[in-house]
Amino acid sequence: MKTYDLVIVGGGPAGLAAAVSARDNGIESILIIERDRELGGILNQCIHNGFGLHTFKEELTGPEYAARFAAQVYERGIEYKLNTMVMDITDDKVVTAMNRTDGLFEIQAKAIILAMGCRERSRGALNIPGYRPAGIYSAGTAQRLVNMEGFMPGKRVVILGSGDIGLIMARRMTFEGAKVLVVAELMPYSGGLKRNIVQCLDDFDIPLKLSHTVVDIEGKERVEAVVIAEVGPDRRPIPGTEIRYECDTLLLSCGLLPENELSRSAGVTLSPITSGPVVNDSLETNIDGVFACGNVLHVHDLVDYVSQEAAAAGKNAAKYILSGKNSEAKEVQIFPEGGVRYTVPATVRPTEMDDTLTVRFRVADVYKNRAIVTYFDNVEISRRKRPVMAPGEMEQVILTKAKLAEFPDLERITITLEEA
Amino acid sequence: METRELICIGCPLGCPLTVTVENNEVTSVTGNTCPRGDAYARKEVTNPTRIVTSTVRVSGGVSPMVSCKTASDIPKGKIFAVTESLKEVCVKAPVAIGDVVLANAAGTGVDVIATKNIEKA
Repeated sequence: MKTYDLVIVGGGPAGLAAAVSARDNGIESILIIERDRELGGILNQCIHNGFGLHTFKEELTGPEYAARFAAQVYERGIEYKLNTMVMDITDDKVVTAMNRTDGLFEIQAKAIILAMGCRERSRGALNIPGYRPAGIYSAGTAQRLVNMEGFMPGKRVVILGSGDIGLIMARRMTFEGAKVLVVAELMPYSGGLKRNIVQCLDDFDIPLKLSHTVVDIEGKERVEAVVIAEVGPDRRPIPGTEIRYECDTLLLSCGLLPENELSRSAGVTLSPITSGPVVNDSLETNIDGVFACGNVLHVHDLVDYVSQEAAAAGKNAAKYILSGKNSEAKEVQIFPEGGVRYTVPATVRPTEMDDTLTVRFRVADVYKNRAIVTYFDNVEISRRKRPVMAPGEMEQVILTKAKLAEFPDLERITITLEEA
Repeated sequence: METRELICIGCPLGCPLTVTVENNEVTSVTGNTCPRGDAYARKEVTNPTRIVTSTVRVSGGVSPMVSCKTASDIPKGKIFAVTESLKEVCVKAPVAIGDVVLANAAGTGVDVIATKNIEKA
């Protein structure tokens, strides 16, 4: 069996940044395994701009952002395998993978970084009634078809869900000559970034109907029409509010789910809220030496944050490989309360953590004039005012090792929202 | 005096901006968290512009399409003229990031450049 110090599952933005960071922290033996034909992951189909303002201080497109990280991987001579699918990971860190040249093979790793990203919620998961004609795509599939393969999925389009990919595709399809009739969103607020509503919908007078959903899809061979209706506070369609749109295409942009089949079969504990692994301050899962970062851990809004998080995972994996783990270290749990849905990480080890730790989370609803407040036991540690917070946008709190050291008997950390 | 509420599109933060306009002159911008927001607000109420991103065809490459963008922002009213003119373009592989795929797109004076490296097949 081949051995590597570090195997990284996934060659998207998370995997690439993790690999670069692990190498820069002293790990020579690294293998990135990527199932697609090139490195860069989903960034390769995200041809719009807006990536990298934090990381590179300029506004890049997805492929450009991916190319910068891929270049860092090439410069360091880090090994990678393309067109290769990981089939299984065991809790003793044996990775089983396959491709057309090597067949099925196993690798023993000292540490593994999970960087598989996420997947779109499908029609099946949404329970939309109607026939199953051609012309129904997830927004990301349509994005790949248009931007990478050069095919147009249709000419008259209805989009369900106002996630960022759906908004971006509304503009993209418009540029390519399609007519986007409407974007329907089940929730009373958009799941996407505000800037995307401005520059992808408002710029082209594409209506966004909040609190609306698809109640029927017409057409047997091909989509012929889509019927949407308003929903009440219980999110059930209100009879009499139906609107019928004649169209040939329905795009679904209804949320992303971390892709954790491999993690689950390895025995990694998953959070029911994020659908990603539960991790400590070093982004390590419940399995020693198995780390997670990027959208497989929790769905991010900005790739810059993915890169930061992945760099931390790479550094921590390097530390684990080089100096092992202090399994005696005290672990303090972070409790999300008052509209904070979850935190990543979920626990902190005050003696093991870096000097600063970025705790990321999302909120449950749209909140105005609240403050993000952190408590160590019952002592208020920080309070930051936020005029507006929404579930579509990630929030963060920074914890410092120095402050935690002042609380040797700390039992719980609470991150909550309070009236500002 | 007139005020306009905008959402900054400078980055994904999407700051809510309030712009005050007096006699067609911007007198104040508030709500921005960086200088980009100020610049965006002033431009948006006087001469709105956008970066346009799209794709053009590639011949002889490992991929049939290459992504591209306008090298700088162009007037909003010229967006469709630019996307339309890109439909006729087909470039030969190899293509490197930054290569001009269409010079002076739709008479804007702005080039459209590749945003992806496409190797020869």
